[in-house]
Amino acid sequence: MSDPNKSSFVYVTYIRTTPQKLWDALTRPEFNRQFWYQAWQDCEWKAGASWRLMLADGRVADSGQVLEIDPPRRFVLAWRNEFRPELHEEGTARMTCLLEPQDDMVKLTITHEIDRPKSKFIEAVSSGWPIILASLKSLLETGRALEVTGRPKDK
Amino acid sequence: MDAVFKALADASRRELLDRLYADNGQTLNELCARLAMTRQAVSKHLAILEEANLVATVRRGREKLHYLNPVPIHEIGERWIRKFERGRLQALSELKRSLEQRDE
Repeated sequence: MSDPNKSSFVYVTYIRTTPQKLWDALTRPEFNRQFWYQAWQDCEWKAGASWRLMLADGRVADSGQVLEIDPPRRFVLAWRNEFRPELHEEGTARMTCLLEPQDDMVKLTITHEIDRPKSKFIEAVSSGWPIILASLKSLLETGRALEVTGRPKDK
Repeated sequence: MDAVFKALADASRRELLDRLYADNGQTLNELCARLAMTRQAVSKHLAILEEANLVATVRRGREKLHYLNPVPIHEIGERWIRKFERGRLQALSELKRSLEQRDE
């Protein structure tokens, strides 16, 4: 049974690239900015390190910690929203990024989960990921991210 | 992309996606319980949706949970809609809505 006390989603995209290139795009600020509305992650990418998602204007969107990391295959983050009170109060979610090579592609699986039903946080992040993933795919396959994700997101 | 269009060109499969949208992460049993389709048919449709990457599955113990994966739909949106000026399409659909409201 799906757990009624949890909220979660799983997004999958296949990208024609290598695990190392995808890992770099996911973890390095200069790549993040191109497909993530100029946002970037402030993190040392080792187990236990603190993690922050920084918006273009310097605000902290979300913060957390690296729970597990196995480059270039998998990382798990503790993830808590910092700029919308109703999302912040829901507490900490887990985000897992899994990279699996398949022929000339890499299957990227992003999972977000939180231990509460009908989470507003999960709803908010789930609506954000598809275009970010589409842009990441475009960046790696064509060298160019989608135009719309290259500038700060209109709020 | 052919696989996505083929997968979406079936009302039963679109209904399965709607069910997952309403309640994400369901098992085959849960999906079957709420639909007027045989288990075999649901299972076959899910396989086609998974092949098209519209459904992602996660194993949890002995169970397989099905999640709606909207990423390919977004890719279609980028390829076929944004390119042809989403702004104008939106203006048209708003015009259509306001005209239809007036008829009521």
